[in-house]
Amino acid sequence: MKNLIGALIIIVLYSSCKSNDQAKLPILGEREPVTKTVDGKTVTDTVYSTIPDFKFVNQYADTITGKSLNGKIYVADFFFTTCPSICPVMHRNMLNVYKEFKNDNNFRIISHSIDPKYDTVQVLKKYADKLGISGNTWWLLNGTKEQTYQIAKNYLVSVQEKNPQGEYIHDGYFILVDKQKRLRGTYDGTDPEQVTKLIADIKILKAEPDMTSTK
Amino acid sequence: MRSLIILTIGLLLVTLAFSCQSDEQIEFNRYYSAGSAIYQAHCENCHGEKGEGLQSLIPPLTDSTYLKNNRTSLACYLKNGLKGSITVHGRNFEGEMPTSDLSPIEIAKVLTYVTNSFGNKMSIINLQQVQNDIEKCK
Repeated sequence: MKNLIGALIIIVLYSSCKSNDQAKLPILGEREPVTKTVDGKTVTDTVYSTIPDFKFVNQYADTITGKSLNGKIYVADFFFTTCPSICPVMHRNMLNVYKEFKNDNNFRIISHSIDPKYDTVQVLKKYADKLGISGNTWWLLNGTKEQTYQIAKNYLVSVQEKNPQGEYIHDGYFILVDKQKRLRGTYDGTDPEQVTKLIADIKILKAEPDMTSTK
Repeated sequence: MRSLIILTIGLLLVTLAFSCQSDEQIEFNRYYSAGSAIYQAHCENCHGEKGEGLQSLIPPLTDSTYLKNNRTSLACYLKNGLKGSITVHGRNFEGEMPTSDLSPIEIAKVLTYVTNSFGNKMSIINLQQVQNDIEKCK
């Protein structure tokens, strides 16, 4: 009897460990159930909010749209090149993400400038050079203020106009987006530990089965 | 019981060691530890936890020669910011460091911290010296 209980415990423990192996990331943002009729049957599906299409210009003066990120996992953040407060520490941490995945063509980092008037393509290119980034892994994006502030809302990030001291207020979040353009995680970009978790989560996301085609 | 005796002797030794410190050493320690907190609050985001800077964007604070050669200008850099091209560790940097609202005593403390951390070893930069330096800011 005793042996049986022991064996049961081991089996239960083993199976619970096994299910933990497959870590999964949550899907963030608004969701709504959609009911449709497929083959005469009523099916209810959950529709998650996704990042809508956009159009920005990167540090190479290339046009970047939502299409440029099709089938790619990416991380987004908001910054400006003359930012004296949290941006340097954010991009010091983001460099670790860049170094980890820079040879992966299905991964991107996009950094939106919230000071597009000053951060022209030339200024962004110079910043990229000084930061030591090259190639197409990490795009620094310039767009109109309206576009940038609008898309920040989709990433659940808050950015504001200059305050009376002439400073921009923005939070230092890194947003993880999956291949279907759904939000999968937010991380404090100023905290090295959270950025280490981001790198781990990107690996989990990469291992997720591909479901890009909708049934 | 034995551990209590050891503890008492240990405490006595520590007390002795502290009372043996010269006044200069005590002042240095005071500046240094306060400077560390000021560094974390005002400098670390850009210059890094270990004064390592950020690639070619923000210069490191580990070039002892630069700090020595510019010792009397450092206070002005902190107060009024620094613009234009500088050479640190043989590399060129041309960004801009913003002005700060640190008081002279805070400047003295944080400079003492920086010039004695990250592999740098200089003497204390005290309030008197910072006040003198600031008067001569260009």
